[in-house]
Amino acid sequence: MSEWLLVLAGGALGAPTRYLIGVASRARLPSSFHWGTFLANMAAALLLGFLVAAGTEGALGTTGEALLSTGFCGALSTWSTFSKEMLALTDARRVAGAGGYLLATIALGLGLSFAGGALAQAIW
Amino acid sequence: MQLLGGTHRHPHPDHSPGSQIPVVTVVALGGAVGALLRYSASRIWRNGSDASLLWHQGMAAFPWTTLLVNVVGCFLMGVLAVALKERFTGAPRLLNPMLGTGVLGGFTTFSSYSDDTRRLIENGQPLTAVGYLLLTAAACMAGIVLGVALTRLALTGGGTEAHREGGGR
Repeated sequence: MSEWLLVLAGGALGAPTRYLIGVASRARLPSSFHWGTFLANMAAALLLGFLVAAGTEGALGTTGEALLSTGFCGALSTWSTFSKEMLALTDARRVAGAGGYLLATIALGLGLSFAGGALAQAIW
Repeated sequence: MQLLGGTHRHPHPDHSPGSQIPVVTVVALGGAVGALLRYSASRIWRNGSDASLLWHQGMAAFPWTTLLVNVVGCFLMGVLAVALKERFTGAPRLLNPMLGTGVLGGFTTFSSYSDDTRRLIENGQPLTAVGYLLLTAAACMAGIVLGVALTRLALTGGGTEAHREGGGR
C-alpha cells in the first residue's frame, strides 16, 4: 500500500521536473535540438544507474526504490515524447537529425547508466 | 509523408505569458497517474518487469513489461497528438500537458530502458541487450506511427489533404 503512495509521489515530482527542464531549455538553449527531453532522459539514466547500484549495495531500501527509482526516475524520463519528437523530425524531412537524436540518446543514456553505477560503487 | 505537422508552430502553454502553476500542477497529477499505471503493469507481469530478476539458469529475464509499457505509451501518444490537433481543437489547453507530458510521459520510461540494457550486458547477455535496445526503438517508433495513422483513419476516413491544411497552426 505504501509503495503505491511512494510511486505516486515520485511520479508527481518526476513529470513536472521534466516539464520544467523543457521550459528552461527552450528559453536558454538552441531550438534546433530537443534539449528538454534529452536532458531529462540523460539525468534520469544517470540517477537510476546510481540508485540501482546503491540498492544492490543495500544503501537504498524499498522506500527509496519506489519513490526515487520507479516513481521519480521513471516519470522524469520518457519514451513517448521522445518518439513524438523523432516523428516530428522525420516529418520535417530531417531524417538524419532524427537518427542522430536516437543514437545520441541511446548511446549516451547507456553510458550514463554505467557511469551512475560506477559512481555508486566508488562510494559504497 | 507529413505525419504530425510542423515541429513547434502550435502554441505551447509555456510560450504563453502567465503563471506556470496550473500547467505544472496538471503535469504532476498526470505524472502520478502514469507512474502508478506503469507500477501496476510491473506488479502484474513481475518476471518481465526487471532485467535483474534472474531465471533459474542465472539468465536475466527479458524486460518485456518495460518494452510493452513504452510501446503502448508511444502508440497512445500518436493517438493523442492527432486527436487534439485535428479533431478536438477546442479542448482545454491543459489537456495536452496533462495527458501527454503527464500521464504518457510518466507512464513510459527511458531510465529503466537504459538500466535494463546495462544489466543485461553486465550479466553476460550482450546479444539480448542489443536485441532489447533495437527492438524497443523500432517498436516505439512503429507504435507512434501506428497510433497516428489509425487515429487519422478513424477521424477522417483516411483523407490526407483536409488535415494538412489544418496542420501547422
